Amino acid sequence: MSTDIAPTSSSGFDHRSGSRTAKNTLATIVMWGAFLIALIPLGWILWVVMTKGFHVLLSTTWWQKDQSGALPAGFDHLVRGARHAIVGTLLMSALTSLISVPIAVFTAIYLVEYGRGRTARLVSFMVDIMSGIPSIVAALFIFAAWVSTFGIKLIPACSSLALAILMIPVVTRSTEEMLKLVPSELREAAYALGVPKWRTILFVVLPTALSGIVTGILLGFSRVAGETAPLLILAYYSPYLNQNLFSGSMGALPTLINDQFHNFGDPIASERVWGAAATLILMVLVINLLGRFVGRFAKVKG
Amino acid sequence: MTSITGKSVVDETPSPESPRPLDADVASTGRMGDRIFGIASGGAGLAVVTIVALVGAFLLAQAIPALLDNQANFLTTWSWHTANPLAFGIAGLMWATLASSLVALVVAVPLSMAIALFLTQYAPGWLAKPAAAVIDLLAAVPSIVYGLWGAYTVAAKWAPIQDWLSSTLGWIPIFHPVKGVTGGSTIFLVGLVLAIMILPIITAISREVFAQTPNAHKEGAYALGATKWEMIRTAVLPFGRPGVISASMLGLGRALGETIAVLMILSTLPNGAPWSWSLFNGGSTFASKIANDAAEFTGGTSTGAYIAAGLVLFVLTFVVNAIARIIIERRKAFTE
Repeated sequence: MSTDIAPTSSSGFDHRSGSRTAKNTLATIVMWGAFLIALIPLGWILWVVMTKGFHVLLSTTWWQKDQSGALPAGFDHLVRGARHAIVGTLLMSALTSLISVPIAVFTAIYLVEYGRGRTARLVSFMVDIMSGIPSIVAALFIFAAWVSTFGIKLIPACSSLALAILMIPVVTRSTEEMLKLVPSELREAAYALGVPKWRTILFVVLPTALSGIVTGILLGFSRVAGETAPLLILAYYSPYLNQNLFSGSMGALPTLINDQFHNFGDPIASERVWGAAATLILMVLVINLLGRFVGRFAKVKG
Repeated sequence: MTSITGKSVVDETPSPESPRPLDADVASTGRMGDRIFGIASGGAGLAVVTIVALVGAFLLAQAIPALLDNQANFLTTWSWHTANPLAFGIAGLMWATLASSLVALVVAVPLSMAIALFLTQYAPGWLAKPAAAVIDLLAAVPSIVYGLWGAYTVAAKWAPIQDWLSSTLGWIPIFHPVKGVTGGSTIFLVGLVLAIMILPIITAISREVFAQTPNAHKEGAYALGATKWEMIRTAVLPFGRPGVISASMLGLGRALGETIAVLMILSTLPNGAPWSWSLFNGGSTFASKIANDAAEFTGGTSTGAYIAAGLVLFVLTFVVNAIARIIIERRKAFTE
């Protein structure tokens, strides 16, 4: 009698057919498996680049010297330095940020604080389209305008113009998301105190969303620092240190890799390739992680 | 909320509980500061629209002279001659671009969906966030590093697999061995590497959409006795479908335009090489062709040929991204 009222978990009420249980188990395995598979390339890439390139970074010459004095592949026995490329990458990315951040932040302010209706939808649509423009197309555009149409000589800053097209949508989207998270009450409180709209945006909305904006800028920076295609068209590689964005030609880490990759069979050239790849990947990952950290560290204070 | 890819559908797909979008506030006081600020932000928005329009306009303007001089049919010619007289066509570039991108999609979409489901439905709480961050890191790896890795490390490992595939499945046209193309540097391998490159963007967006599945739908499925997988099939997947399609289109857009990784991995074919269905063939995509010949650019008509190819790539990605956007917009209208 008493056995009848005990919970009968095995009595068939919640019995599932074998095939349904099997499918469920299979699905669980597939989902875990997919995640683990995706980890393989990341680990593999980091492993290959770091085992082959990390020791190059340990030499101080790598950071202090450029490639001046390098002999043709096969005759050179020194790895020499990548200072020209590191400086070039940082300078070009910095100018890119300088161009794109104001446009991107103001576009985001427009989308959240001002824009309504059709115009705002058009701008939002174009931000999406812009984020889909391939880097090579952005470079061709600058080439078509700068060289083909106006006939001006290419300068390193041209690369920054092309890279800005890639960076603007990244920063716009992340800024826009952050601005949307700022509670309306903050704005209303400011308005109630008689603060004009522009001061409200500048001194209430933007500071509240600052961490998100910084995150967007750092993520955008890390994206353009690793871009290669625009530099192939717009920035002729130079093995010498050049700190002027407005004249001459300038090396960058991706173009250093590309330049040395042509002589990949030569052990010195391949040292340079892996060294530059390790430098680039470390730089990009550090900036990227920093951006995420800032984003996590300081959320919008609601 | 911010993904590395800079894309997010959070703002596009409001959940039923989320607050109403901000209403237009007409707080402008008409003072100088307000007017300047309004003009600056409106001007920035306008600048974005203008830049995209200018990209199309300049590419078109520079492509037209070359297209007029072209002695061959631009759309159907397989060879590419930019020395005088101009005779170039995009058929070969189009084939390699679409083939490699489609391989990438076929591999990346199911994988990304499974990863997104893992991150939102299966991963234990402590793992979900770091795991998502690790997947996002894949997007942070510069494409030239992917190219280096693919060309140097993976190609050698891929070659025997490819030989095995073409010897056992060679009767299928796409796996047919191609004479003269040895080693692993083929369209298929490029597709695989592209798949890894677009995986984070598809995963990030699918993840956000899956995470927004209404709890009522999920609990409803469980209440009817569904297993976890059946709950996903009946509640999560139908809800997330438009988001996944849109994410795939964005991934496709990325794959179509990828340059340096393709350039480093894919072995080029001589002009006029015979075309075949095989994915175990070399070739050039739009982007890799342009980048490969960048050193020859002079700004003259011959450069126009490449600009014409770039224009086609621009139009392709524009259409693909526009479709992605429209799908998301329609879904938004539907959820509201």
